Amino acid sequence: MSSNSAGGLVSLQKSVKQLRFEAGIRRIKVSQAAAELKAFCLQNAHKDPLLMGVPSSDNPFRPPKSCALF
Amino acid sequence: MGEMEQLRKEAESLKDEITAARKAVQDLTLQDHVAGTAVVGRVQLKIRKTLRGHLAKIYALHWGTDSKLCVSASQDGKLIVWDSCTTNKVHAIPLKSSWVMTCSYAPSGNMVACGGLDNMCSIYNLKGKDGNVKVMHELAAHTGYLSCCRFLNDNEIITSSGDCTCVLWDIETGSQKTVFAGHLGDCMSLAVAPDFNTFISGACDYTAKLWDIRDGQCRQTFGGHESDINAIGFFPNGNAVITGSDDASCKLYDLRSDQELITYQDSSIMCGVTSIAPSFSGRLILAGYDDFNCNIWDSLKAERVGVLSGHDNRVSCIGVTPDGMACCTGSWDSFLKIWN
Repeated sequence: MSSNSAGGLVSLQKSVKQLRFEAGIRRIKVSQAAAELKAFCLQNAHKDPLLMGVPSSDNPFRPPKSCALF
Repeated sequence: MGEMEQLRKEAESLKDEITAARKAVQDLTLQDHVAGTAVVGRVQLKIRKTLRGHLAKIYALHWGTDSKLCVSASQDGKLIVWDSCTTNKVHAIPLKSSWVMTCSYAPSGNMVACGGLDNMCSIYNLKGKDGNVKVMHELAAHTGYLSCCRFLNDNEIITSSGDCTCVLWDIETGSQKTVFAGHLGDCMSLAVAPDFNTFISGACDYTAKLWDIRDGQCRQTFGGHESDINAIGFFPNGNAVITGSDDASCKLYDLRSDQELITYQDSSIMCGVTSIAPSFSGRLILAGYDDFNCNIWDSLKAERVGVLSGHDNRVSCIGVTPDGMACCTGSWDSFLKIWN
């Protein structure tokens, strides 16, 4: 019984220590976080092939229409 | 038992403190901020390639850094390395244990790793002298199944396990450099940050945790999901985390404001999310579901803007190429499909 309590105590002490750490972190305002998330998406949109579409000439997964034999 | 009671009270009060601190920085919601942004137009991706060859359910896939080769793992007991453009099988590696649940391609392209119900992470050398692919190392210490693994480099790999821990291994010596303990349920998935300093894990305790790779510290814990988190990924700028859960929703958590910013869900979707991946800019979130489909979400507006229907069974894994050019889905129907 006493060893169970000791195990439970150690576990609780670790949880409290971890919670203390997490409570103490620095947090930025959501407005700033949201602005930067949105800015990143918009600034990189033109480089996002799945978003912009891939022209067949540049698509490595599409076979070329014509086949040149030398 | 006065001390236990005191600690329990302190734990509750710290949890309240965290909730209050998160609320205190919530001067605006993401929804408010993007109210003026238009939803992206309908995204219609086509199947460009079907990779055929596995004989049973595919459980995992991972793209190589060249955006051409990818590795897949199936419970037919094989790891296959594919040239996704030609659909050729570059390597077909027979596994000792067919109960594989995860695979990973090393950033160098020199190795692949896999693991599953054997509780081990097996490392395979693709560039052996005689051309044969052999097991190079077997990392054994987990007391539960291997759910996910990701290489940091040719000598370090991080694994997540059903034993509720994640581990950073020294591959050469086979030793555990760091054990990341703290989750109260099976760890199901992990993702490494773009700067390789931190990683995130999703677990059956419904939380996601951010870990410092070098000092082993759990820096942040994110809750909100109402069931197991099966899939996790980093937003491309490394400042946010996306998760997919059995509660049928995906969430985006911002790391610096330490909170959930948005949930991706629809009343018509009632099945679990198995896999998740962001597009190159992060504007699209692709998520695989138990209902055989993959939904594409506008990450800022939280609206569904596309569906990938092409599999005849659960989509178990998904990955977008590092160059953003295509997405690959793997399914229990034994096929991998490349879309763009």
